[in-house]
Amino acid sequence: MKISHDEVIHVAGLARLEINEKALDKFATQMGAVLEYMDILNSVDTTGVEPAYHATRLSNAFRSDIKTGHASKDDALLNAPEKEDGAFVVPKVV
Amino acid sequence: MKLHELTIKEAHGLLKQKEISSRELTCALLDRIEIVDKEVNAYITVARAMAIKQAELADQAISDGKITYLTGIPLGVKDLICTKGLRTTCASRMLENFVPFYDAFVIKKLQEQGAVILGKINMDEFAMGSSTENSAFKTTCNPWDLASIPGGSSGGSAAAVAADLCLGSLGSDTGGSIRQPASHCGVVGMKPTYGRVSRFGLVAFASSLDQIGPFAKNVFDCAALMHGIAGYDSMDSTSVSKEIPSYTSFCTNGLKNITVGVPREYFNLSGVDPEVLASVNRGIKTIEDLGATCVEVSMPYFEPAVAAYYVIATAEASSNLARYDGVKYGFRNETRDDLVQMYKSTRSQGFGDEVKRRIFLGTYVLSSGYYDAYYKKASQVRRLIMDDFSKAFEKCDVILSPVAPTPAFKIGEKIDSPLTMYLSDIFTLGVNLSGNPAISVPCGFSEKGLPIGLQMIGNHFNEGNLFKVAYNFEQATEFHKKRPVL
Repeated sequence: MKISHDEVIHVAGLARLEINEKALDKFATQMGAVLEYMDILNSVDTTGVEPAYHATRLSNAFRSDIKTGHASKDDALLNAPEKEDGAFVVPKVV
Repeated sequence: MKLHELTIKEAHGLLKQKEISSRELTCALLDRIEIVDKEVNAYITVARAMAIKQAELADQAISDGKITYLTGIPLGVKDLICTKGLRTTCASRMLENFVPFYDAFVIKKLQEQGAVILGKINMDEFAMGSSTENSAFKTTCNPWDLASIPGGSSGGSAAAVAADLCLGSLGSDTGGSIRQPASHCGVVGMKPTYGRVSRFGLVAFASSLDQIGPFAKNVFDCAALMHGIAGYDSMDSTSVSKEIPSYTSFCTNGLKNITVGVPREYFNLSGVDPEVLASVNRGIKTIEDLGATCVEVSMPYFEPAVAAYYVIATAEASSNLARYDGVKYGFRNETRDDLVQMYKSTRSQGFGDEVKRRIFLGTYVLSSGYYDAYYKKASQVRRLIMDDFSKAFEKCDVILSPVAPTPAFKIGEKIDSPLTMYLSDIFTLGVNLSGNPAISVPCGFSEKGLPIGLQMIGNHFNEGNLFKVAYNFEQATEFHKKRPVL
């Protein structure tokens, strides 16, 4: 299976990634090979099989609605690439 | 006797008798790391000062009569488990300078027991890989042959134990990332049942598959370490509240009343190295000779499991790794462009090639129009694989199989073919999909002297049976006694 350069750029964009122009061909070939391999799934009859999204037998884990400890603002900002007045700074949005 | 060669059991005995101090032991290991790790490259960060301080605290606890099995024992930790105040990089440029402000549950547990953390250990970036070649910082070498890979993604954790650079270590296993490097480095490694060990503070790769587990020089040590990290944690919503048995108590002789299952599909697979098959078959024979009953079981969905796994694992990864956006922590490409462009350039420069490939694949299989064909289909196949395991465990207590299709390959050999690399996980990834526990135990050496591992798979929450079979096997063999020369 071959995926087109346009498809690579589109999906990479959804993932907020840029694929280097020079690497595009190799990337498309490698991903095409993996996706082609994944076609083996179509040979499995899954009629009426309920999907399994996890392997535990747990249902939802709830906790009581009681305030508990939380990270301090300083801790939360500790690793921020850019911060100001107790907030994360990002490039101008609007 | 050299201190770095001690097992956890031996070191515990000597610490308890006050024949050695944890400070001495810790310094001996730190000194060895300084020399030997120049060749092995297992550590990303060596926490010398912190480790010595922890060792002194452990010595104080021991002199106060408060000793646990892990008090004063120097361990290594894979660099994706958060350690408060100690850089946690995931072997990625993205987190090169990330210093967590909290400890993972397992770290807190180890510290409560007085264990010493020597440092943070190399891995494939974000645990994506089977060779440790995907680390952004260095490639770890196999202590048995420095030109070969140690396995991955927890390659550093396995190599560090094999090279006596720690007495035991922690890794994580999403598709074989503990068992495959354990096999390649000739040490014991366990992936516990999903839910047995809290994932709180483990940097997420694929949340429904990830599990933290121990590496050790032998089965008893592995059981002791496993006991030290298992347990319920309200901070992980998939943590299961179940009593933790004393795992070391399963390390006793006798395999009567144990039935082992051999899945015929695993042994009919083409392309498996004949030396691996021969060693594994001899291992099965040894276990039979020890008194276990051997039956054949069937796992019809063994082969499609690889495809199902890579759909599910990459889908979850693409979602989990969306958090690396250059805003809250980690690398940011300093651009004054707009926000979306900042995300893109940060992620494109911060992530390595394999991580980008997996995010790409995950995004692809979840994208509009493909979801049903890939993600839903893979999740249905996952159900069939879970049913395979349930049916097999109606007939046996432990399933035996190879860990990896070949012994460790050469550095650089497979790096250009992601698909070939993915296929090397075929024996290990099934239990991540089904949640079962599994252990890798040394069962032989190739002609070139590279270790080969035997995989034992257990029923949910029955790690005890694995320790029992593994311990008896180890007692009957000599493979774990052979050490690499460094």
